[in-house]
Formats: sequence, structure tokens, C-alpha cells
Amino acid sequence: IANSYNRPTLIQLQNTREEEEEQQTTAQQEEQTKRWEATELEEEHVHDAAVPPLAGDPPAADPPSPPPSKDDFQEELVIRPLHSGDIYASFQFRTVWDADFMGDQKVSHYRLFPKSLGQVITKFSVRELHISFTQGYWRTMQWGQPYLPSPPGAELWVWFQDTVTDVDGTWKELTNVLSGIFCASLNFIDSTNTVQPSASFKPLGIGNVTDHSFLRYATLPREIVCTENLTPWKKLLPCGSKAGLSVLLKSEKLFHSTFHSQAVHVRPVCQDPQCRTTSMELRQTLNVVFDLHTSGQGKREWSLFKMFSRTLTEACPLASSSKVYVDVTDNPQGEQFELSPATPLLTQAVVLGDRRTYSVYDLTQQASFGSSRSLNMLLRWKMLRPLLHSERYVAGYGLQAGEIHTLIYNHHPYRAFPVLLLSAVPWYLRLYIHTLTVSSKGKDNRPSYIHYQPSKDRERPHLLEMLLQLPPNSVTEVTVEFERALLKWTEYTPDPNHGFYVGSSVISALVPSVVAMDTNSTLDRPLFSSFFPCKEEASYFMRVYTEPLLVNLPTPDFSMPYNVICLTCTVVAVGYGSLYNLLTRTFQVDEPSPGLAKRIANVIRRFRGVPLL
Amino acid sequence: MGLLSDPNRRRALIGMLTRLNAPICMICYMAGVAWFMGLAFEPFTLRTYMSENAMGSTMVEERFPAGERALATGREFAAHKKKTGGMPVDWLVRTMQARGLEVYTQRFSRKLPFPDEDKERYMVKGTNVYGILRAPRAPRTEALVLSAPCSPGNENNQAVGILLGLAQYFRSQIYWAKDIIFLVNEHDLIGMQAWLEGYHHTNTTGMDWSPLQGRGGSIQAALSLELSSDVVTSLDLVLEGLNGQLPNLDLANLFYAFCQKIGVLCTTQGKLPRNDWDTTSGYSHAVQTMMLMVLKQASSRPWGDHGLFLRYHIEAASIKGVNSFRPYKTDATTVGRLLEGMYRKLNNLLERLHQSYFFYLMPSLTRFVSIGYYMPAFGLLALILLLRALDLWVQLSSPPTRTTEDACPPLCPLSAPQPASPGVLSILTPLVISHLTGVALYTLPVLSQELAVEHFPVSETEAVVLTAIAIYTAGLALPHNTHRLLAGEGTEQGWKVLKLVAVLYLAVLLGCTALINFSLVFPERGLLVGVNDPGLTLLFAVFFFQELQETPVTLQEGWMLYLSVISQGILDHALYGSLLYPLAALLVYPCWLLFWNILFWK
Repeated sequence: IANSYNRPTLIQLQNTREEEEEQQTTAQQEEQTKRWEATELEEEHVHDAAVPPLAGDPPAADPPSPPPSKDDFQEELVIRPLHSGDIYASFQFRTVWDADFMGDQKVSHYRLFPKSLGQVITKFSVRELHISFTQGYWRTMQWGQPYLPSPPGAELWVWFQDTVTDVDGTWKELTNVLSGIFCASLNFIDSTNTVQPSASFKPLGIGNVTDHSFLRYATLPREIVCTENLTPWKKLLPCGSKAGLSVLLKSEKLFHSTFHSQAVHVRPVCQDPQCRTTSMELRQTLNVVFDLHTSGQGKREWSLFKMFSRTLTEACPLASSSKVYVDVTDNPQGEQFELSPATPLLTQAVVLGDRRTYSVYDLTQQASFGSSRSLNMLLRWKMLRPLLHSERYVAGYGLQAGEIHTLIYNHHPYRAFPVLLLSAVPWYLRLYIHTLTVSSKGKDNRPSYIHYQPSKDRERPHLLEMLLQLPPNSVTEVTVEFERALLKWTEYTPDPNHGFYVGSSVISALVPSVVAMDTNSTLDRPLFSSFFPCKEEASYFMRVYTEPLLVNLPTPDFSMPYNVICLTCTVVAVGYGSLYNLLTRTFQVDEPSPGLAKRIANVIRRFRGVPLL
Repeated sequence: MGLLSDPNRRRALIGMLTRLNAPICMICYMAGVAWFMGLAFEPFTLRTYMSENAMGSTMVEERFPAGERALATGREFAAHKKKTGGMPVDWLVRTMQARGLEVYTQRFSRKLPFPDEDKERYMVKGTNVYGILRAPRAPRTEALVLSAPCSPGNENNQAVGILLGLAQYFRSQIYWAKDIIFLVNEHDLIGMQAWLEGYHHTNTTGMDWSPLQGRGGSIQAALSLELSSDVVTSLDLVLEGLNGQLPNLDLANLFYAFCQKIGVLCTTQGKLPRNDWDTTSGYSHAVQTMMLMVLKQASSRPWGDHGLFLRYHIEAASIKGVNSFRPYKTDATTVGRLLEGMYRKLNNLLERLHQSYFFYLMPSLTRFVSIGYYMPAFGLLALILLLRALDLWVQLSSPPTRTTEDACPPLCPLSAPQPASPGVLSILTPLVISHLTGVALYTLPVLSQELAVEHFPVSETEAVVLTAIAIYTAGLALPHNTHRLLAGEGTEQGWKVLKLVAVLYLAVLLGCTALINFSLVFPERGLLVGVNDPGLTLLFAVFFFQELQETPVTLQEGWMLYLSVISQGILDHALYGSLLYPLAALLVYPCWLLFWNILFWK
């Protein structure tokens, strides 16, 4: 039956949906035709109202007195089979709380919102906070775009409220506190790796702040993400790892993967379409890519159990919505893979400029829990061509100079679009900004905006931001030469021959969309499609991170510093001193000075005119 | 130093040095040569040991099972190679993709300065194919390379087979922390040069290549595999790279450690390590191994595909399979397991290989001589030159003073510059002329090949080589005639000044060369012993090398070999940037011409 289903046009879709809604009310579970999930606001309200009685047990678990402000928790898992044969799983947990953190009244009663984060936000007057921990690099050429991009290592960017007077001090304190909350080395963020981007990082929530003095951005490319970071992250969830989707978050499986990224985003959002009041939104996201080639002995089948070594048994009782989406866009006729158990519910979402079709499993519906929880599929793929991707590398050889090349690919067949390129390069790579060249298709491509802040040794990194226009179907190459600085001997890391990291460049772009986008951000949409607010109908916002770089600096031999220092000093002192002496002076035999008697005798002889003694 | 500040004692010391100059020089020379030969004597050398902690203590298990399948892939590769008459690009791309790698290709083309008759190529066009195994949860900052050449004929098919087999096996493992690049390069070193230049986006030799699409960050280590038979008796490790550069000794140690663990016979310079160091044959075996290494290193050319990596600070070595008549054979699975073990250890590296030595000589695979041990041998030889220079300097500044000093003290400061000024002028002429001859030797052979081919019945390669030899021989006749024409007089003083300059020139030249490529000093040392021609030294080295390799040649073959060595030297310079040819033509040859001049001064 699934094979006979044809993707309908939009008008047909509406009709089918109405029909299917009716069918839903009659609750005919035997009806195996696919249905479309409600995507409009009114319908969703109805849907919401239907949830609490259906879930059954949550009211008993809830605290008896309702909290003064309304809060709401949603959880969601998107599974996307990737072209390379890997599986991309993206978790999103959203807690929205209608409390006003920015106002004067103190927020002290916490229900779903994690108290530890809430206190941090209040104390440091944080408007927006975005933190991500990533292990691995997102392979855009093989995997396409991620729902939430993040650079390898840790990334932290924060917009402070304009009431903050000492932003740098607050930032320093905040990083230290966050470091404690997430068990990460965020305390290594200091002025040497912090920048204030002027254009790339705009607030993602409401509020159009333009004064970038309240923004701080830092990356720690070296940060290694492991279980110790996952556990505190899980503790922020209302259900912990006890129920709902979070039971799948088993660290031994999550870290047996090709890519792992976890993030926390806090921002203010509109409460209603008119945006009269704001609420605080906390989004916790976790993205994993599983290489099933490795664990599946070369087979590309997957199941929840194979990926997470767990199956789902219930939704989180505190969640108002709990859904699993599986991307079936590439399988419209069902000729490429088969999902089991088959779900009758389908939804469409426009994400990253592409209309995708998803099979939906609603965990709040008991009907979703059939006899088995595993999904199996078989698939073959064609060559992938993402619209925008990038590549970065260090060119040249030797330990003196080098060149950073950044290649940005625009694969759109006929549209040019602008991108913002941000690179923050540590001070020990001394950029020669006069060698900056930007070229596309062999021609010079002059950036329309350049913001460059030179580095200061041991204080702050280089910041280079550019607005580039990418011609259609082209590669744009940005090159800049640099010189490797010789560090002081205490500044080398304990493993200096490993090299030094340069964090990822960030490419922010408005990419022309193939389909029209919905600009109303308050509409209820799947979470993964609504992170970046959409301003225009014809284009969508996208961010691409390049590879971090590992650069070798000239390194002294640290194997025996004491011997080397002693030997060098001795050679310099003895050898140089005496050689210099020999070269600059002449030596003559000194006649011993004559005695007093002889001198007097000579004086007398001189008077007498006889030869001296 | 106090000794030198005291004029009396200084005079005494200098007096002794000038009086006993010849015996001291002889002693130094003997001691230097004896020291050098002693380096091959086992009790004087150190046993190799693993310095890198990351590779030492953690032993890995090798489980590569699919040797037979790899050989089958190799046969398939051979069939496709025969069908396409070159690199089977499409087949390789498909096969690598099927093994789960990210596959990219690179095209390159190169026109050689003159046809290479040894390898029969002139206009070279080719394609490199490489597949990247992306390490899980790694941010593309580090990579390892395994390469196998796609050679014409029936060679190295098994190497490509094992490379693909390993790719398949490695792909299903989770423990990789560095990306692994599997590279099949066409036209051996030219393809490798194109790939490395593309990877690092440099262009040192004017080659045309298409830019690379995929990279894996900074390459930490590389191995190049050459294997032409299904079973091997031993594996030979080749270390010598471009300009005599060597990889870190730990790479050789790693290879040896796994040979021991898996039980494969392994050699360096094709010579097995022996235990009978106290016998004459055992000692001469060690000397042969070391001399082979010295000669290969002195040749400044890459002795395997790995040789070009070293310029980019990438530790690299070639592993060659040898199939001789020895009865005990090793199969492809074992070779695969050996490589698997080496890659797993390299994968464990936290830092680049830097703990062990970069300057060393190996009298056998288990023994090494570090720079601290072999430099004194050079120091003793360099000392002779300095003593000679001192002697000449003293002779130049003092001999007439004995008589004139008491007679005319006020005249002496005036007379001192008088003999010096014609001396300086007279040596300027031979200096300039010999260097101009050197420049001619460097530029003319390649430039004038067309002219030579037009007027003489020779091929282009022969034209280049014969022009070089002709200029070289002409240089012998030129300087001692011209200096007479220009300076007019051959004074005793001028002769000494020239000799002093020549000796110091040689000392500086040797000192600088010793720091860059120690082995090159020994052929150059030939100049020391008087009238030893650089050309003859090369000829002698060719015969000596063949003798050491146990493939003695007749005089006729030796001459042909000599000619091809010259053409290869010029080609190495043009293609890969080897420094031997410019060094020989622009510095060593003029220096030697100065000595030649001295001989014919009067």
C-alpha cells in the first residue's frame, strides 16, 4: 500500500488532509492510507487540548499547584538517512517558559525550566546564549546540511542585555560558571580567543539589537567532548534520561559514532503572533551521525536499537508533544527503502530551502507503540550536490610562512547569493592582510564589506569578516598569507609537536530557496525547521562551518632544556668572549717597567748625552 | 683561549703547527677515515630503540584477514590496466567508492626539459586517484597516507591490490583518529610530486595540475608500498629521500618492530642484519650496508615515492617487497597485517614523530649511528683544510719578515699591502672564470640541446649529457690559460693566496654540505686528496655502487650508466628540485677548478 502512494500536489494535499482528519475522529486504525499531520495553528490547538487526557498518568505526577507562569516542553527526534549511507539523528528538546527574565521581578519558582541555567541567565543578564560541543566535523559534501550547524570543539556566543555595564567581566564570569555547569574547559575562554563579530552573529530571538558590544563569540577547537559533558546536559532535561526520547541517549552508543554535537540555545521568543509578550525558550539539541558501515558489518540497515541500544516505550510524561520524524523525501515511491512499522502519518516541512517529507511517529499516541520499535531500511543513492559548502586548508611548506585557503562552493545553477565569512585566527599566525585575495572563476571578486581587526600579541586574535557575492555555479577562493610566530617557551602546549589549532571559519548565507518559505515564526512547525527565523519568502538562512586547521609552529627541542641551556650559555660565554677578544685586540710583549734606580740612572745619562741603559 | 692571548705561547703553537703540518694532516686524515670506517663496527654503534611513547608501550592486534581477496583485486586491477593501457581511473574510482571512501582524482601534465631515456617519457600526462577514509568524530585536522604506484607493465599490481584490501578492512574499523588517504599515483615520482604540490598548493617545479577537491588536514606520516609478486621473501625499507633527507628514525624502528613481531624478514639496502660482527665478513657486510646508504643519500635523489614527502615535513618511507630464491615466503595477508599494525601505531600518535633522530646512518636495520657519532669523522677531515689554511696564512704573512724586520721597521707597514694587492687581483680572475664556467655548465646543456641535435647525430638526452661533459672538459683547459693572459704573472705569492682561498672555499663548502646532507661530504672529500676530478669521483661512485649492490658491470655498461646518471641528475633537479646538480655545477666544480688552476700555476 505504501508503494502505491503518490506524492500529491498542494491542493490535493489539503483535500486529503481534511478527509484524513475526519478519519482520525472516527478513529479507524485499520485504515492504512497515509495521513498528513496538521500543520496549522488552530488545528494544533485542538490537538494540544487532546493530549493531556490521552497521556493518562502525567496529571498525577504534576505538582498540585499550577505554576504562576505557563511552561511547556516538547521533544522531537529526526532521523535522516544520508547519501553516504550514514544515519543522521537529531534530537531537539524545547522548553518554553512565559517568564520574563529581563524584567525586574525575580524568578524563583522553577518547574520545567532547569534552575541552574535560569539562575545563570538572571544573574548575568543574558539575553541569548548559544553553546555547542562538537566532536567531529560535519561532512557537507557527503551529508548535506545539518539542521543545526556547529564547529568542532566548543563554541559559545552570548548576547548580553544592554543593562550590563562591564560586558568583559560578566563574560569572563559567565564562561567560568558555564564551565562548571557543563564540565567543560570553557574557562579557557579569555580575551585571546574572544571576538565581537560585527555582522555575522545577530540575535536569533526577538529583539533587534545592533550594538555588537554586547555580543561575545569564542570557540575552543581543541575541546574534546565526552560523557562528562553529556551527563550535565541530560540533567537539564525535565525527564532526565528516565523517560521519553532521552532514554535513547546512552553515551556508549552516542560516542561510538562519526559525528557528535550537543548544544544548548537560550533565547527570548514571541509568545503569540502579535508578539505582545515574550517568553524564554531553551532548546537542547543533540546531533549524531552513525556510521552503520562500521557497526553493521557493511550492511546499511539500521534500527533504533542498533543505533542507541534502546527502544522507545513511552513519551516523556511532562512533554506536550513528543514525536519522531523519519525523512522519507528520497523515497516517494517507496522504491528505495521501507520503514517498519509503517506509520500512516506524513508531514511536510520546508527546511534549508527544500521541501522534505517526513514520516511521523507520535509518541503521545498509544497507537504508535505497536509490537516492535525497530525501523529497517535499504537504500541506494545518487551523487549529492549541496548548494553551499566549503573547504579550508593550509598551503605551503616549511615552518616560516604559509597561506590559508578558504574555498566556498556555490552549486546553484543560476543564482548568485551573498555570504558573510568570519574567520578568527589566533595571534601566533601573523596574517599579512595585504595579501588577502578573493577570486571567483579566475577573476578578482571584491568583497563589498570588510571588517578587519588586527591581533594583539597574547591579547586578542585576528578578526576578519567579509561580505562576498558568490557567482552562480562557482568556487570562490579566499587566500591570505601568514607568518608563524616563535612563541615564548612557556607558551607552548605540553604537546607542542602536535601543532596549534585554528578554529573554524563561519560562513553565514542567505541561500535562494527553491520553494516559498513561510515567514510567520509563531506558527507551529516542527522544531528542526524553525530555528533560524525566516525573514523572506524566497531565501533561507544557512550557516556553514569550515574545517579547523592544525598548524605546526616552529618548536624548540624540549627534550633536554637544561642541558641545552647550559651548553649554549657556556659556548656563548667562553667561545664568543675569547674569540671576540682575539679578533679585536692586538697583543704585544710588554717590556717590564725599569726599576727606580735604573730610571734615575737613565735621567742622568740623558743629561750627559750618553746612550740610555 | 688563554693560550692564544699570550703572544709568546701563540707564536710557539703556530710554529709547531706549521712545522708539523704535514704529519698532523696525515694523522687527522687517517683518524677521520678510521673513525668513519669504525662507525660500521657494531660495538661502536647503538641498537635502535623506539623513542616515541605513543608507539611503544601500547601493542596493537593485527587482524587483517583478506590477503587472498586483495591479490584478486590486484589481478582485476592489472586486467583493467592492460585494457585501458594506463591508469584505470574509472575502475579505481568505482572500486574505492564501493569500499566506502571519498574518492577524488587529480590530473597533471608535465613536459620534461629533455626526454628521459631510462623511463622513456617526455610529455607526461596522468591522473592520480585517491580515496579518503574519514576518521569518525575527527575534525579533518590530521591524516596518514598510504600510496602505491600504478606502474607500467606488470609491476606493483599486488601493491594496489593490498592497498584496496586494506582500505576495505580499515573502513570497517571504528578506532581511527586520523583520516587515512589511499593514493594510487601514476608516473611514479612525477605523479607524487603533482599530488603533493596540489595538496599543499605550492608550485616549485612548474608542473600543471588540477586542484585537489578533498583534503584531510596536515599529513602526519606516509608509507609507500611497492610489491610485484604474490608472495615475498623479505621486505626492504627505503629511507633516503630528496636531497638526502631522512624520515625520523622512529619510522624505521616501527617497521622493524612489526617485522619482528609478525616474523617477516626485513632488510635495509637489501641487506639482512647479521649477528657475526666480530668476523671480517660480518664487518664488511655492515660497511657495505652503510656505504650503500651513504652513496644513495649522496645522490640526493628520492629512492622511492616516499622521498618527496620529506620536503613537506612528513615522515615517510617506502616498503618494497623482494621475492628472491630463499625458500621461506611471506604471503599477502602477513604483509597486510604488518601495514595494519604500522598504521594503527601511527594512528595512536599524539604529536608528529619528533622524539628520535633525523640525522643518522644505518649499518644494519637494528643499528644506527647518530649525528653526534659521525660528525667527528667529518670534523677531523675539515680540520686538515683549516690546518693547511693556517699554514698558508702564516707563510703569507711572515716569511720575509725574518730578514726585513730588524732592518726596516718603518718600511714594513708600507710593504705589507704591496704583495697583497696583486695577489687579490690575480686570484679574482680565476675565481670569476671558474664560476662563469660553472654557470655555463649549469645552464648550457639544457638550453643548447636543440642546437646540438641539429648539428650532431645524437638524441636530445645524449646531447644534454655530452654537452655537459664537453663544457666540463673545456673548463679544464680554460682557466690556467686565461689567468696568464689577464694577470700576466704567476708569482709565488699569488699562488699561495689562490691556494689559501681555494682551501677555505672548500672548507666552507664542506661545512655547509655536511649540515644539509652529510653523505655528500665524502664524495666531495675526494677533492681533498689533491687532483681528484669530480667527474672521475662520480664515475668511481657509479662503479663502487654497482659493486656494493653485487651487480658488477663491465666498463662499457659502466660508461652508459655514467651517462644516464648525469642525465638523471639534471632531470631530478628540473622535476623535483634536487639540489645536487646546481651544487656540483655552481660550487663544487668551480672550487675544484681553482685547485686545477693551482696545479698549473707555474
